[in-house]
Amino acid sequence: MKKAIMMDPRDNVATALAALEPGDEIEVISTKRETVQQVQSRDSLPLGHKIALTDLRQGDTVVKYGAKIGRASRDIAAGNYVHVHNVVSDRMPLTENMLAHM
Amino acid sequence: MDFQGYRRKTGKVGIRNHVLVFPTIVCSSEVARMISEKVPGTVYAIHGAGCGHIGDDKEKVIRTMVGICGHGNVAGVLLVGNGCEVIQPDLITAELDKIGQRYEVVIVQEDGGTPGCIEKGTKLAQQMVEEAKRAKRESIPLSELMLGLECGGSDAFSGLTANPSLGITADKLIAEGGTAIFSETTEMLGCEHVLARRATDEQVAQDIYDAISAAEARAMSGGEDIRGTQPSPGNIKGGLSSIEEKSLGCIRKGGGTPIMQVVKYSEHPERKGLIIMDATAADVMNDTGLLASGCHLIVFTTGRGTPVGSPIAPVLKVSTNSVLYGKMKPNIDVNAGVIVDGEGTLESVGQQIFDEVVAAASGKLCRAEALGHREFDIHFDMLV
Repeated sequence: MKKAIMMDPRDNVATALAALEPGDEIEVISTKRETVQQVQSRDSLPLGHKIALTDLRQGDTVVKYGAKIGRASRDIAAGNYVHVHNVVSDRMPLTENMLAHM
Repeated sequence: MDFQGYRRKTGKVGIRNHVLVFPTIVCSSEVARMISEKVPGTVYAIHGAGCGHIGDDKEKVIRTMVGICGHGNVAGVLLVGNGCEVIQPDLITAELDKIGQRYEVVIVQEDGGTPGCIEKGTKLAQQMVEEAKRAKRESIPLSELMLGLECGGSDAFSGLTANPSLGITADKLIAEGGTAIFSETTEMLGCEHVLARRATDEQVAQDIYDAISAAEARAMSGGEDIRGTQPSPGNIKGGLSSIEEKSLGCIRKGGGTPIMQVVKYSEHPERKGLIIMDATAADVMNDTGLLASGCHLIVFTTGRGTPVGSPIAPVLKVSTNSVLYGKMKPNIDVNAGVIVDGEGTLESVGQQIFDEVVAAASGKLCRAEALGHREFDIHFDMLV
């Protein structure tokens, strides 16, 4: 089974350890390699990118490393790809110009 | 737990026994190199500093040169001056006298130009090499070891594999009473609050906020509005969604212990434990700052493959992924990519790095040393 790693028990996203496709069943592991949960991928995402572990409402805090990495800029479902299209930084939001180039 | 190191009469501890040939100015750097190449057992460190420094910048350059020349890894130093530079060898030797470091001085303009200076310098360097041979390793507790933590050529796995593993290494060393320093202030932007919460007291928390906001202001005054441009396009392609996420991955190399002090570039900490050095993210200049601050060796995590070493210290390389390890195996001491491959954990790789650090401190050559990497540079702010 493809794996994604959760860097801290408080996180609501995990990092994919393989490229994921919609429908893939993903084993979410801890940093000690223990199985934490399973989640079904809803999107395609590259190796090293993030997948949501829980449903998030617009404005909810996105947590990785046990700390806030930004806010959901729209509703996100468990299994969705989480990246600049649906997360916004509090500290330095990306410019429209930069996002347009993504 | 102990390692096998050198106790110097300066009171410092060393893990290498180098005789260093050190130019105080770029103008005498080739003479320094030519002397060193004639004397087996010496190393040289070439840099672009030495003239045109004023005020705080001059103080920083002197502090850095003294930190390198008086380092515990350096048994003796031959200073090679040109003669008319701002950073006169006297400014360095006055500080070396205070700690009792062994040194000699040659000056190109006074010792017969290039050939005369090489002849005199070669004899003095040979004499110091003979003296250095008398030094013997002895058991020294890890509480006296200082480790520099560096990341360079980062990729999407830096914050997942190598940096958190190195953080575990740092935690283990600090549990032994030792010291670890991490740096690269611009790579802390966005996680000020996370770091400040870990500060040992209010003053250190304030120092963390001040250092990071000053780094942001400096970047802005350089004409670059880093807001809105971080993470970089390459970072985003690698999966990093915000500056907070990028910085959190960087600071993981510092582990999870309290932050005891914030020091300036090449400034010696007064406390043990985890220290932040407020300094440039340019890797080789940062390494020099870490060593001049007293670090005996550096562990350097890399995702893209940075080969650099140091003239006076081991710089151990940890690859973040197994593709890089496959491509640059001769350069890599530990591969943290096994964590993604399912053949290791953060804990097992953290332990492996720790074991390599102790072995390197006791004399085992790291890959960068064995390959002859001797990169060196000094950070300065301006020339007038």
